[in-house]
Amino acid sequence: MKAFATKGLFITLSFILLLGVLAQNGCSEPREKKAVYVLVDTSGTYSKQFEKVQIVMRYLLGSLAPGESLALARIDSESFNEKDIIARMSFDLRPSMANAQKRAFIESVDKFGKNIQSSKYTDITGGILQAIEYLNETQATHRTILIFSDLKEEIKKGQVRNFPISFNGISVVAINVTKLKSDNVDPRKYQNRVDEWAKRVEQGGGNWKLINDMNHLSQIIE
Amino acid sequence: MTSDFWVNLIEGQPELSILIWVCILIIVMYIARQPAHQMILLLTRSLRNALRLMAQSVMIAEKQLKTRNREVLLSQGQEHAERFIEREFQRVEILVNRDLSGYPSLQRDLKEQITRIDEDYVQSGEVPPKPPEWLKAVEAVANIPDNGSPVVAKILNDIHSTLKKALETDLQEYRRANRERHGLLKKMMPFWRSLTNSLNSVERKITGLEQRSIIIDGQMQSYEDIRNQTGYAERMLSSSSLTQFFISGLALCLAVIGMYVNFQLVALPMEEMVGAASYLGSSSIRASDVSALFIISIEVILGLFLMESVGITRLFPVIHLLEDHKRKLIFWIMLSFLFIFAGIEASLAYMRDMLAADREALSQLLTGVEVDEPPLRWIPSLGQMVMGFILPFVLTFVAIPLESFIHSFRTVSGLFIVWLLHVLVVVIRFIANVIYGMGRMVMNIYDLIIFIPLKIETSFTNKSDTKSDKKEEDSISGVLTHQKEEVSK
Repeated sequence: MKAFATKGLFITLSFILLLGVLAQNGCSEPREKKAVYVLVDTSGTYSKQFEKVQIVMRYLLGSLAPGESLALARIDSESFNEKDIIARMSFDLRPSMANAQKRAFIESVDKFGKNIQSSKYTDITGGILQAIEYLNETQATHRTILIFSDLKEEIKKGQVRNFPISFNGISVVAINVTKLKSDNVDPRKYQNRVDEWAKRVEQGGGNWKLINDMNHLSQIIE
Repeated sequence: MTSDFWVNLIEGQPELSILIWVCILIIVMYIARQPAHQMILLLTRSLRNALRLMAQSVMIAEKQLKTRNREVLLSQGQEHAERFIEREFQRVEILVNRDLSGYPSLQRDLKEQITRIDEDYVQSGEVPPKPPEWLKAVEAVANIPDNGSPVVAKILNDIHSTLKKALETDLQEYRRANRERHGLLKKMMPFWRSLTNSLNSVERKITGLEQRSIIIDGQMQSYEDIRNQTGYAERMLSSSSLTQFFISGLALCLAVIGMYVNFQLVALPMEEMVGAASYLGSSSIRASDVSALFIISIEVILGLFLMESVGITRLFPVIHLLEDHKRKLIFWIMLSFLFIFAGIEASLAYMRDMLAADREALSQLLTGVEVDEPPLRWIPSLGQMVMGFILPFVLTFVAIPLESFIHSFRTVSGLFIVWLLHVLVVVIRFIANVIYGMGRMVMNIYDLIIFIPLKIETSFTNKSDTKSDKKEEDSISGVLTHQKEEVSK
């Protein structure tokens, strides 16, 4: 009887141990892991569009699951810089912890929205390079860069930005690409700007998408 | 070889070329008619025979399976009947131990009561008063002639008054004795009643035993039927097995729904333990789902062992064959584990509620909509906790329909396979006949293609037949006329 009880205890302990192992090691990393990097143009022409950024950020925080990553960075005069990253988080695998992180993230976004300082130049390429670096580090299967900008790049003298970028499967989504005053004079300028970026992304092995209607947010991270 | 070869046998005349080819074909077919027919017949017969052989072997398999099903059915029925009879005997034993163990004391009581009643009865007997001894003396004195003597008259008067007094005294004594007798008879009444009650209780107990014995008789009869392997027993067991199969199947379906509800209670909080976005290996199975299923499976297994240790089910003979105290120990161990798991599940259910509330709060924050917390929010939380605690115990009872399902599944699946084999036999036989018929049809089509040479052959055969017939007739008629002439001569 003693042997039987020992056996029963052993089996039960094995079950519990298996559960523990399953919890710690047996579970692999997420199969479909998403990572999103949001770039916000803070140049004078675009800085007033932050409300739309907040809407999208809230949508993203609601959509991203535990284990996925999100980052928010600004595009200013020198965007290839970690200082421009406002918030970045890889959400914890535990839902409660991930929810707490999302709350902290939205606080950071709101705080940033209250103190936006418009920059003189718009270094979009630098921001994209920073985004690619971050996204590659996350090792996510679906990597997306969201750009809130008018897509008009204005760089400082001496900065070199006209080189091909390797996107390596990253999706680039331009949201709410505003029209400039000069675009009203010649609408082709707007189209050329968008086409240029699309060409640059696709040539670098990325996917380009343009979303101007904020009702189609579900298309952002399909 | 192109179609031109066939069409241009005679240059410029394709129709004629085709016609020539057709004629050649018909002639070849006509020449090869007999071997072709033989070949077709041989082929179809071989196929038919092979299929018949196949059908026969399937039939043998069907027969063997039927025998096996019968054996399984009867052995299960026998086991069931044995269990039933055993249970009835246990009940009888309990009845006998409980009710008839007091029978000696009851008998003693009855004897005492009867003795008392007897004594009282004896005491209450009426003793006729003896006539006084001095009556003769009185009579003698009364016969003395008085001769007008006043002394005699006085003596007689005194005797009269004395007698009167004695009579009154006797009468009073008699009445007192009668009163005493009535009193004794009155005292007998409760003893009679007690005796009647005792006898009634004995009757009731005996009736209970009698009813049990009737049930046992019935079961013994069906047990004997099963042992004798009668057709009636087989039919009864088969029908009972089918009923059991469907009822236990239904109960299992309900149990599965219960398990699903249980799963929903556990799966979400398990995400907190194993991670929400973790999968098993390279599969798309979520680790949290597997963990939740694992917990529920353990609960079900614990329930199975619990039921087994109590003796309700007999899925594991090892447990069933253990001694009583060992089974009792297993029961307590399983019950303790079940309590632990029920507690875990209740806490997980509460956690689920908390997580859902947290998720709701976050979505409200993200959408910017503020909703007041609904009143009596504790009710669903408490409900979930109670459900989480109770469901493991409810799932324990899955063992009963599971056992029935497993047992009945053996016979039902056997019956189904027998039916399938029977259908297979019919189909094989049908195919065999179709193939044979097709062979006949092919032969007829063959003859239809070469009907012209066949017709010619037939007409030639007929002509030669008529010629030979005519010759025969002539010879016969010649013989007859010769005979007639001989007769007339």
